[in-house]
Amino acid sequence: MSTEIDTARAAALLDEAPLAHRILSSTLFRFATAGSVDDGKSTLVGRLLHDSKAILADQLDAVARTSADRGFGGSAGGIDLALLTDGLRAEREQGITIDVAYRYFATDRRSFILADCPGHVQYTKNTVTGASTADAVVVLIDARKGVLEQTRRHLSVLQLLRVTHVIVAVNKIDLVDFSESVFRDIEADVQKVGRELGLGSDGIADLLVIPVSALDGDNVVERSERTPWYTGPALLEVLETLPAADELESHLESFRFPVQLVIRPQGALAPDAVAGGLDVEKYRDYRAYAGQITEGSVKVGDKVSVLTPGQDPRTTTVTGIDFAGAELTEAVAPQSVAIRLADEFDVARGDTIAAAGTVRETSADLYAALCWLSPKPLREGAKVLVKHGTRTVQALVRSVSGKLDLATFKLEGASSLELNDIGHAQLRLAAPLPLENYLHHRRTGAFLVIDPLDGNTLAAGLVNDHPGDHEDERYSI
Amino acid sequence: MSIETTNEDLELSVLELDADSPKAAPARLSSLDTLESEAIHIIREVVAEFEKPALLFSGGKDSVVMLHLATKAFWPGKVPFPVLHVDTGHNFPEVIDFRDRTVERLGLKLVVGSVQEFIDSGELAERADGTRNPLQTVPLLDAIQRNKFDAVFGGGRRDEDKARAKERILSLRDEFGQWDPRNQRPELWNLYNGRHTVGQHVRAFPISNWTELDVWRYIERENIELPGLYYAHDREVFARDGMWRAVGEVSQPRPDEEVITKTVRYRTVGDMSCTGAVESAAATVRDVVIEVAASTITERGATRADDRISEAAMEDRKKDGYF
Repeated sequence: MSTEIDTARAAALLDEAPLAHRILSSTLFRFATAGSVDDGKSTLVGRLLHDSKAILADQLDAVARTSADRGFGGSAGGIDLALLTDGLRAEREQGITIDVAYRYFATDRRSFILADCPGHVQYTKNTVTGASTADAVVVLIDARKGVLEQTRRHLSVLQLLRVTHVIVAVNKIDLVDFSESVFRDIEADVQKVGRELGLGSDGIADLLVIPVSALDGDNVVERSERTPWYTGPALLEVLETLPAADELESHLESFRFPVQLVIRPQGALAPDAVAGGLDVEKYRDYRAYAGQITEGSVKVGDKVSVLTPGQDPRTTTVTGIDFAGAELTEAVAPQSVAIRLADEFDVARGDTIAAAGTVRETSADLYAALCWLSPKPLREGAKVLVKHGTRTVQALVRSVSGKLDLATFKLEGASSLELNDIGHAQLRLAAPLPLENYLHHRRTGAFLVIDPLDGNTLAAGLVNDHPGDHEDERYSI
Repeated sequence: MSIETTNEDLELSVLELDADSPKAAPARLSSLDTLESEAIHIIREVVAEFEKPALLFSGGKDSVVMLHLATKAFWPGKVPFPVLHVDTGHNFPEVIDFRDRTVERLGLKLVVGSVQEFIDSGELAERADGTRNPLQTVPLLDAIQRNKFDAVFGGGRRDEDKARAKERILSLRDEFGQWDPRNQRPELWNLYNGRHTVGQHVRAFPISNWTELDVWRYIERENIELPGLYYAHDREVFARDGMWRAVGEVSQPRPDEEVITKTVRYRTVGDMSCTGAVESAAATVRDVVIEVAASTITERGATRADDRISEAAMEDRKKDGYF
């Protein structure tokens, strides 16, 4: 039978501190990979999955068969590790990667979600997509080629999206005879680009450079003896120990909670809850606001402001934080909860509940950086939809004020944006939104631009300050 | 690693603190808590933004977990959408019984699409290999259109299959229920774009980011009831295509296939004609968690004959409108 369980391993797990137990207390870490053509990204991802034992026997068998069919003779036991990450038929046939693919693996310390972003086509679209949810991004560089224009573009996008940890893996270090001087030169170039971009200048983000060989596994999961001059950690060690973005930020940021919907059963209580002894009288007039905490944390008794577009903020107190029958005293991003308030305001989907005294005025003028992700170009005067938090409003593109040359980091004049361009634009919104600068708010500073005709996502938007305006002064305290 | 910051929030948080002690960093959520919150957020988004959602419910563990998440998302209210089951006519009787009890317990409406009815009316033909899983697509799309469902929740996970690894959490389907893998919307931050035109619908996969082990750990943590055949039991089986098949009305051994009694369990509960059992002594959820953690073979590879037909089997079925 091909379905045998590795009983020795299972028994060992039962005897020692079981893996299952350790994984139970693990945390989640999301990272993305980005790279140029032929820099070995798929091999690196395959290597991480393979060496962390995330590849199961039948997957490995399938890859080994295909590798043999194609006469692959690499040093990983004749297995082309890149095949592990090729998902779609067209990709396998053409040997390319079309779209962002998600992979999962776990070590004793952490569970990982890996967004594998192809580099050669639509790299901006893919990198922006992968980086928008990532705690860290691994950028690959070929040690024989060093920092390319493509590398500068990738780092530029990551800086713009404010990715917390940027890790540059200098790959194929075996092909430059594990030369320290080659690595140090590239490392210096990367740090120079990082400084030009201001990567890490906000004191939160950081930039790390690691020499690796994805093909042979040097410094991927374990530190390599072939790079004695490198004393830093292997790539997986870094990914296991870096603090996740929420870990770094949730206690620094102020509470933000976009209301998804109002839970108001009005007698239509869940029969299983009633059968389980729910106090029907107590919940007859139950009313709570359901959502996911996007930033910060909240405690029962906290003063909060309810932000409704077009109205002044209304201040009240949190009287309860519910989660499926459990009454919590405190909740933190990214928990999904239901919040009860002291005052019976009219609160609806699209409103935001925020820590009182940290509320920025809502505004109908939106200044933003747009990462254009659609083949349909952006023109001044276009009518679009803006989705921000749980609210979608109509918007008019008043002007495009330029686009970024990602290689030189300079802003060029432009009046339209094409696929994979990143530019600045001003939009007029049909209703004011509680916009916040993306630089300080990765959630409430982000929005989508949507085509009202076919519903497609046109752009990823990052809120900028109004020109000549300092965000701090726009808070009403 | 420095967390010194010029972030204005730090200063503002001093303002909002009153006389209280400074905020301590709250404990980090466990990976299961994070995945649960993500799934509940997605379920609530779909309910808020769509006219008429439904949940695909087969009684299989992923759909049971989905339904459990939905009860948590809307507590103390009822789950605000019906469940939809595509019945191949070859389902395990105990799973159908479990389905009916669950629907009753939660006070839900059940919509059933029947493969058998389509075969009886001549709109579908039985396959030569007797497998009915691929036949589910037509009744599924029929049920979606007939009931005007504009969003359909599924328990699909990206770790199941290479094609699923590339599918979005909200995945647009055209008028024919087809998935276009080369033309998917980018999915950014936690902002889900479910806009669609008349005739199109959206498949929503809130547990996309869960692994098989996550699902089992969650079933254990939440004490979720599953059909009994997920746990080790004695059953009459015979070997076919490298899998143990149950002896049943629709799954009969050929003369050369020997019937033996083995202690087995199922890792997926699909159509009896193509779902195999694995030899296992895992009689409790804890045993299963440990078994899954130690397992060296993926669940689809172990137990689904229909995915072995070709390397791209799942991709082809998804393009045609499968789950």
